[in-house]
Amino acid sequence: MSLSVPDLNLRIVVPALIVSITALVVLLGELVTPAARKRWLGYTSLIGLLIAVGATFGLWDAHATAFGGMIAADNFGLFLTLVILLGALLSVLLSVDFLRAHQVEHGEYYMLVLSAVVGMIVMATATDLIVIFLGLELLSLPLYILAAFKREDGPSLEAGLKYFLLGAFSSAFFLYGIAFVFGATGATNLTKIAAAIAKNPSGDLLLVGAGLLLVGFAFKVALVPFHWWTPDVYAGAPTAVTAFMSVAVKAAAFGAFFRAFFVALPGLAMDWRALVALIAVLTMTLGNVAALLQSNIKRMLAYSSIAHAGYILVALVAMGAQGSSSALFYLLAYTLTNLGAFGAVIALSDGARERLEIGDYAGAAQKQPFAAAALTICLLSLAGFPPFAGFVGKFLIFSAAVETGWAWLAVIGVLNSLVSVYFYLRPVVQMYMTEAQPGWDGSATLTTRIAPLVALALAIAVVGVLALGLFPTPAIALATGGFVR
Amino acid sequence: MDLLNNLFVNLYDWLAGALHALAAGLNLVKDAENAIVAAVMSLVVIVVLLLWLVLMVLVLIWLERKNAARIQDRVGPNRVGPFGLLQPVADTIKMFIKEDIVPTNADRLVHTLAPIVVAAPAVLAFAVIPWGKGMFPVDLNIGVLWVVAVGSIGTIGIFMAGYGSNNKYSLLGGMRAVAQMVSYEVPQVLTIVAIVLMTGSLSLNKIVDAQSGWGGMQWYIFAFPVGPIAFIVYYLSALAEVNRTPFDIPEGESEIVAGHHTEYSGMKWGLFYVGEYFNFFLVCTIAVTLFFGGWQGPLLPPYVWFLIKVYALILLGMWIRMTWPRFRVDQLMGFAWKTLVPIALVNIILAALATPILKAIGLI
Amino acid sequence: MDLIVFYLFATLAVIAALGVVALRNPVHAALCLAVVFISLAALYVLLSAPFVAAAQVMIYAGAILILFVFVIMLLSPGVDQGAGALKWQRPLAAVFGLALAVELILVLASAVLPAARGQYTPERLAQIGDVQAIGALLFTDFLLPFEITSLLLLVAMVGVIVLAKKRVRS
Repeated sequence: MSLSVPDLNLRIVVPALIVSITALVVLLGELVTPAARKRWLGYTSLIGLLIAVGATFGLWDAHATAFGGMIAADNFGLFLTLVILLGALLSVLLSVDFLRAHQVEHGEYYMLVLSAVVGMIVMATATDLIVIFLGLELLSLPLYILAAFKREDGPSLEAGLKYFLLGAFSSAFFLYGIAFVFGATGATNLTKIAAAIAKNPSGDLLLVGAGLLLVGFAFKVALVPFHWWTPDVYAGAPTAVTAFMSVAVKAAAFGAFFRAFFVALPGLAMDWRALVALIAVLTMTLGNVAALLQSNIKRMLAYSSIAHAGYILVALVAMGAQGSSSALFYLLAYTLTNLGAFGAVIALSDGARERLEIGDYAGAAQKQPFAAAALTICLLSLAGFPPFAGFVGKFLIFSAAVETGWAWLAVIGVLNSLVSVYFYLRPVVQMYMTEAQPGWDGSATLTTRIAPLVALALAIAVVGVLALGLFPTPAIALATGGFVR
Repeated sequence: MDLLNNLFVNLYDWLAGALHALAAGLNLVKDAENAIVAAVMSLVVIVVLLLWLVLMVLVLIWLERKNAARIQDRVGPNRVGPFGLLQPVADTIKMFIKEDIVPTNADRLVHTLAPIVVAAPAVLAFAVIPWGKGMFPVDLNIGVLWVVAVGSIGTIGIFMAGYGSNNKYSLLGGMRAVAQMVSYEVPQVLTIVAIVLMTGSLSLNKIVDAQSGWGGMQWYIFAFPVGPIAFIVYYLSALAEVNRTPFDIPEGESEIVAGHHTEYSGMKWGLFYVGEYFNFFLVCTIAVTLFFGGWQGPLLPPYVWFLIKVYALILLGMWIRMTWPRFRVDQLMGFAWKTLVPIALVNIILAALATPILKAIGLI
Repeated sequence: MDLIVFYLFATLAVIAALGVVALRNPVHAALCLAVVFISLAALYVLLSAPFVAAAQVMIYAGAILILFVFVIMLLSPGVDQGAGALKWQRPLAAVFGLALAVELILVLASAVLPAARGQYTPERLAQIGDVQAIGALLFTDFLLPFEITSLLLLVAMVGVIVLAKKRVRS
């Protein structure tokens, strides 16, 4: 029998392809790289990621699909690809010295990060539920391993196991949802699903399927009540990994989340909008309230990431072009800010000994003014202070909600932001207004030198946060890209 | 000659015809009649096949003991029947009347089911073997896969035996056996892939048909270099898959008594024993089908040719068993994963490259 | 005839699946899982997909289950004594699970599944062969998922080796 291959259109998947090739090169390079030169693998990864960034810009406005409509290069997906690549670039910059310090300098680390990036890009640009699922798996699997990468460290192993078990659980939900949607509409392609729903808008089967998809996504982006794994995993995983997964996974999963619900299921908007709004309220509130109670900065940032997922969900409720573009901008701002915060945590650590308790930050501003300033800027941006990126992001999302008639949701969001100021300012107060304590975590042993790559990452993040806050227009213009339908 | 060649096929057709005639007397609907005849005929085939396999096992046991004795400069069984031919029959009777012991604290159900789970899949696999021209119980278009798939169920049975006996030697032996069988299944399947690539079909009948030309020169064993490599890898991993020396670590008596059958007696033990010979016979029939043209051959009837080739391979296996010492367990796993699997993988690539060339010169 | 076989194996699969969840001894649960896999394979045969059935038995019953068994054995098989610290979750889990089950059953009972409308009818499959059909699909319509899966498997392999083998420098 003869085979007719559908439109291959490899051009569309070039960014993912470049990253996968880099991953393979790094994997093979690990074999021949002597232990002292492992950082070169990190540099290789950086080069690959940079080329992929270039390729992504080259695809801008391509607005086409490939592989028989399974994957697309539309500006929505490309913007997220850029966000993911940016997150990966900064994470790799943070990782190179981090791995050395923690004595887990293995080349496979970069290979796993790059594979996760491939999965994320696939997930953010996929237009078919099967491909979305595979992207989800391809991004999750390396992250399970990365979470447990310090395998002689109890919390790290616990984080890996917990993440793995709950991730597998959520994958099952997601897959079950796909099966139901397929059963109801006879399609896995998002556009075809939308067409089938338009023809026959009712159906319990479809609703159950959509609900299960929602649960699957909710697990991945950590929405209440599917957020229980987040604090333990974020706190237990190596900090560089936490930084990577707290931003890039959110970008990828929210990309697929938005695409699935905007492209495939707008016909059911009446049914899911109120439910998602409720989840958004719960997520924002619980995330912020729980963050108030944390004394560990990684746990605090974990709960804060839950709260931020809630803010982004408000954009999903708002729907429309405004909803998607505000979410895109928010994801970019959040990526820079959160990576900056985690980068500062790494910069403020002392070799393998990290300062994780907020009390440890007492007086840090005197010894490491640059890292302390970076942390302050990022935390203020997370809290939504002008003139930082977080403020513009929140402003866009809440104004989208107000304009589409969800003003009460925006009000709850603003109230939550106010609550969050308290816990974001606690480390700042510690750093600037408290005298340093003696002891290993006091000023006596605090190194004043920051590794150059970490400093570079911090600088990029801080400059980005400031630039997005002061001159948001170009980024907003980029973020207005729509979907291929 | 033709009569002899198609003896069993004709017998089958005659019996089916007779049954149709008999059923016609009942004045049934045509569909019902066909269904009944088909059911009865399948039953007949199953019974004949089972009896045949049991006979083969008896022959194999005798052959193995006699061979072992000859190679070790002994006489072997010579009391029961001429040349000791009835010895296996006597053994069978002995096993039937032995006490069936279930150890205290054993997992009773698992312990009892285990021998069945080991022996039954081995029999099932014979359903797709083309024993002679037109002589196949079922023609599955996924024949090769069926054999592999069904064979993999037997692994579970061995684990059940090891776990269910509540004995450390059983458990150790069982886990060793499982690890070994899972590992050696990989190169085995990979070599089959090379053959399937050359044939373009998973059906064993089609694979035999593809080897029919050039008076035997189209047998896959001669499809240089893919065929010989595939055969050697297949045969070695098959010997390991059925746990025969030099790969009999699971039941290495000097280390762990008798592995997973330590706690078995009577007919349950007999089932393991029979299952092992079923499996040995099976891998030899598969090897003949895949590499030696199946039942093809001049002059003699096809089923005779098939048996001749199968027994040649069986004797080869016995010879290896008698002359080689046992591997160590780490050597064993290393051999599978570091030697056989890479060779088999390279062989697949070779097969993909060589198939057009071999087709062009007519070797396959 | 097909219907009888279907109900036979479907019932077997459901009972065994319940066994997987309910049995306290992990080894028994694993063996029940084998029964589930094999019953599902039988259902695939009924759907004119013998290749998928064989692959199911070979991969799930033959390889994955064995891995489960190894894991169980490495963790030394104790009989599960119950939840311990999370005891209060049990009734809650039962209520939620039951609610979900009832909901799913109601939906499935009331739903009208669209009739099969793909191009691969049993007749067509018999004509081109199910192995050929699957192979062709994997290399045409599902090429992208196929390639992604290959990367996924590679990552899984690398990950396992990193976690299990890599020596930590001290």
